[in-house]
Amino acid sequence: MKLFMKYLKNAVKCTVVLGVLCTVIYPAALTLAGQALFPKQANGSMVMAVIDGEERAVGSKYVGQQFEDSRFFHGRISSVNYNCYTQEEKEDGSYGGVASGSFNYGNSNPDLKTRVEADMAAWMEAHPDVKQEDIPSDLLTASGSGLDPHISVRGARVQVGEISKASGLTEEELNAIIDNNTQKKALGIFGEEAVNVLGCNLEIANRLGILTLK
Amino acid sequence: MFQILITLLIYMVLVIPIGIYLYHVATKQRTFADPVFDRIDGMIYRICRINREDMHWKTYALNLLMTNAVMILIGYLVLRLQGLLFLNPNGIASMEESLSFNTIISFMTNTNLQHYSGESGLSYLSQTAVIIFMMFTSAATGYAACMAFCRGIAGRPMGNFYEDMVRNTTRILIPLSFIAGMLLIWQGTPQNFHANFTVSTLEGKWQDIAAGPIAALEAIKHVGTNGGGFLGANSSTPLENPTIISNLVELYSMMILPGACVIAFGNMIADKRKKEGKKSLFGRQGRTVFAAMAIIFLIGVTVCFAAESAGNPVLAGIGLNQDMGSYEGKEVRFGIAQSALFTTTTTSFTTGTVNNVHDSLTPLGGLVPLLHMMLNCVFGGKGVGLMNMVMYVILAVFICGLMIGRTPEYLGKKIEGKEMKLVAVCLIIHPLLILGFSALAVSTAGGLAGITNPGFHGLSQVLYEYSSSAANNGSGFEGLADNSVFWNLTAGIAMYFGRFPAIILQLAIAGSIFAKRRVNETVGTLRTDNVVFTLILVFVVYIFAALTFFPALALGPVAEHLTIWFPGLS
Repeated sequence: MKLFMKYLKNAVKCTVVLGVLCTVIYPAALTLAGQALFPKQANGSMVMAVIDGEERAVGSKYVGQQFEDSRFFHGRISSVNYNCYTQEEKEDGSYGGVASGSFNYGNSNPDLKTRVEADMAAWMEAHPDVKQEDIPSDLLTASGSGLDPHISVRGARVQVGEISKASGLTEEELNAIIDNNTQKKALGIFGEEAVNVLGCNLEIANRLGILTLK
Repeated sequence: MFQILITLLIYMVLVIPIGIYLYHVATKQRTFADPVFDRIDGMIYRICRINREDMHWKTYALNLLMTNAVMILIGYLVLRLQGLLFLNPNGIASMEESLSFNTIISFMTNTNLQHYSGESGLSYLSQTAVIIFMMFTSAATGYAACMAFCRGIAGRPMGNFYEDMVRNTTRILIPLSFIAGMLLIWQGTPQNFHANFTVSTLEGKWQDIAAGPIAALEAIKHVGTNGGGFLGANSSTPLENPTIISNLVELYSMMILPGACVIAFGNMIADKRKKEGKKSLFGRQGRTVFAAMAIIFLIGVTVCFAAESAGNPVLAGIGLNQDMGSYEGKEVRFGIAQSALFTTTTTSFTTGTVNNVHDSLTPLGGLVPLLHMMLNCVFGGKGVGLMNMVMYVILAVFICGLMIGRTPEYLGKKIEGKEMKLVAVCLIIHPLLILGFSALAVSTAGGLAGITNPGFHGLSQVLYEYSSSAANNGSGFEGLADNSVFWNLTAGIAMYFGRFPAIILQLAIAGSIFAKRRVNETVGTLRTDNVVFTLILVFVVYIFAALTFFPALALGPVAEHLTIWFPGLS
C-alpha cells in the first residue's frame, strides 16, 4: 500500500508537469510564433473582396466552395455541401453545423453507382457539347474531405465552353484564368497539377463586376 | 511511382541523423542541444523530486501503468465536463459516457480511433488538455517502453520511467512538433483560438470555416504517430493539410521517429563493436530489422498504388473515364501517388491519420492498410512496432534454430522456453482481438447495426475497425456507424488490450534476456545480421499473417475485388 501511494504520487506529479509543458507552454508558444510570423495563414487564409462598397471575407484560399451558377466553374461532389447554407437551411435544420467527410462508399456499393449515374446525366445535360468519355473522374467523384478546393486541369478545361456561353467571357480569357489559378507540382515532382476553383471564380466575378478583388 | 521513390529517398536522408540523435538521447550521451535541455530537465526533476535510479522491469511497467491510469482519469473528467468548462467558443456540449470511455482509451493507447467528429464533439479545452496532452504522453510512454526494451535486450540497465518520459517529451517530441507546427502554419494550417469563421459566398450563401489550434494538434498528431484529426475528415481536409508541402511535412513527421527508433536500437547493440573502432550508421542488427521492414513496406505501397491507379471497374462500366485512377474519396492536390503512399505509411507506422477516405479505396488498395495493421510490425507506432518486430526476430531465430538443430541465440543470449512462451502469448493477443471481436460483431445485432456498406465490403469494415483498434492505429473505414454502445465498448477494450499486455510482456522478455549470461559466438551460431536472415524474417512475418488472417481477408477485400473485376463469377 505504501508502494502504491508512492507510485501514485509520482504519477500525479508527472502528469501535472507534462500537462503544463504540453498543453499550456507548447500551444501558447506555437500560437504566438505562428500569429507573429504568418498571421494570414494562422487565421484561416481568408480571401477579402469588396462587394457593394463593403470589404468582407468571401472564403478561404484553401477551402472549396459550393457553386451552382452556370457562369462559374463547378468543384467536386461534396457530402457536406462545403458547409455552405442559406438562412432557411440553417433554421430548418438541414444544415447541421460545420462538418467534413465523404460518403464512405466502398467500390462495390450500389449507392456509389447510382449517385455517379445521376450526376453524370445532369452533367451531360448541362454540357451537351462534351463527350462523356472526356469527363475526368475527379468531377463526378466525391472528395475525401468534402472541402476539396481543387479540380484537375482537364476538369477545368472541359467546363470552359459552357461557362463562356453563360458569362460572355471568351474561351481565351477563361483559359488564362485557369492558368493563373493552376498550382504546379511542388519542385516539378510532388503532388498533382490542380486548379483552385474559388480562385478562378473570383476572377470571373471580378470581370463580371460582381465584386472587386482586393 | 517516381514521386513515391523520391519521397522515400529523402526520408532515408532525414532518418539517419535523427536516429543517431535519438540514440544519444536514449543512452544519455552528449548532444548539441544539451546546454538548453539539461537546464529544463534539471528544473523539472527538482520540482518533482523524481528519484532517477534505474528500475527493474516490473517497477518500470507498474509506474508506466499507474501514470497512464492517472492520465485516463483526468482526461475522462475533462471530456465529461467540457460543456461547463472554459475555452469553448463554439458551445460544444459534454460527451456521453461510452463515447468518453472510448475516446480516452483511444488517445491514451496512442490509437486515436475517433467515434466523434472534432468539429462538433470537442471544445478547444478538450482538444488541447485532453487530445494534445494524450498525444504527447502516449507517444512518450510507448517510446519510453521501447527504449527500456532495447536497453534490456542490448544488455544495459533498463532505465528510469519518469526520466525517460521527461527526456522524450522535452528533447524529442516538443522540439520536433514545434518545427513541424511552424511549417504547417506557413503552408496554411490555422493556429488560433477563434470561434469558427462565417463568410458570405460568391453565390450569396453562408459558409462556415472551422478554426482553432489546428496546427498544434496536427504537428504532434504526426510526430507522435497518433493520428486523430482535429476535424472529422482528418488530414484530407484542406485545413489540416492544405498543400502538397504540408502533406510531405506530415508524412515525414510520422515516419521519422519509428524509423529512427530502429537506428537507435541498432546503435545500442553495436556499441561494443564501436569500441573496437568499427563504425556503421545503422548498426548491423538494426540494419537487418530496418531492411525487413522496408521490404514489406515497399511491397505494400506498390500494390496499393497499382490498385488505386487501375480505377474502379464499376464506374468504368457506367462510362466514367478511369484513366486518372480511383478518385472517390481522394483529394485532387494529392492525387493517386501521394494518397497511396500516405495510406500505406499511416497504417505501417500505425499513425492512423488519413489524407483520403480508406472506406472508398479499391478492394486491393484497402487490403494493404488492413494487412499492415494486422502485421503491426512494419516500422509501427512509436517504438511499439520495433518491439513487435523483435518478437518476430526471436520467432525466426527459434524456427531456424529448430531447423539446424541448435539452441537458438539472439545477440549472444540463449532464447529458451520462458522467452518463447512470452513471445507466443504476445504474438497471439493481436489476432485474437481482431478475429474474436470481428466474429462477435458479425454475430450480434449491435455489431451488425454499424455496417453501412453491403456485401463483402461490410466485413472489411468490421475487420478494419478491430485491426485498427488492436494495432493502436486509429484510422477507420469511416462509413462504419461506430458511435454506439456496442462499438464504443468493444473497440475500447480491443485498444486497451492491444496496447498494455503487449508492452508488459515485451518488457518482461527484455528483463529476462537482460538477466541471462552472455554466450560466446561460434561458427555454428545463426547469424542475424545478413541478407539471408532479413529474407527469413520477411517470410516469417508474411507466413504468420497468412496462417492467421488469410481466411478473413479472403472473405472481405479479396472477394470484393473478384466480384467487381469479374462480375461473371458470382
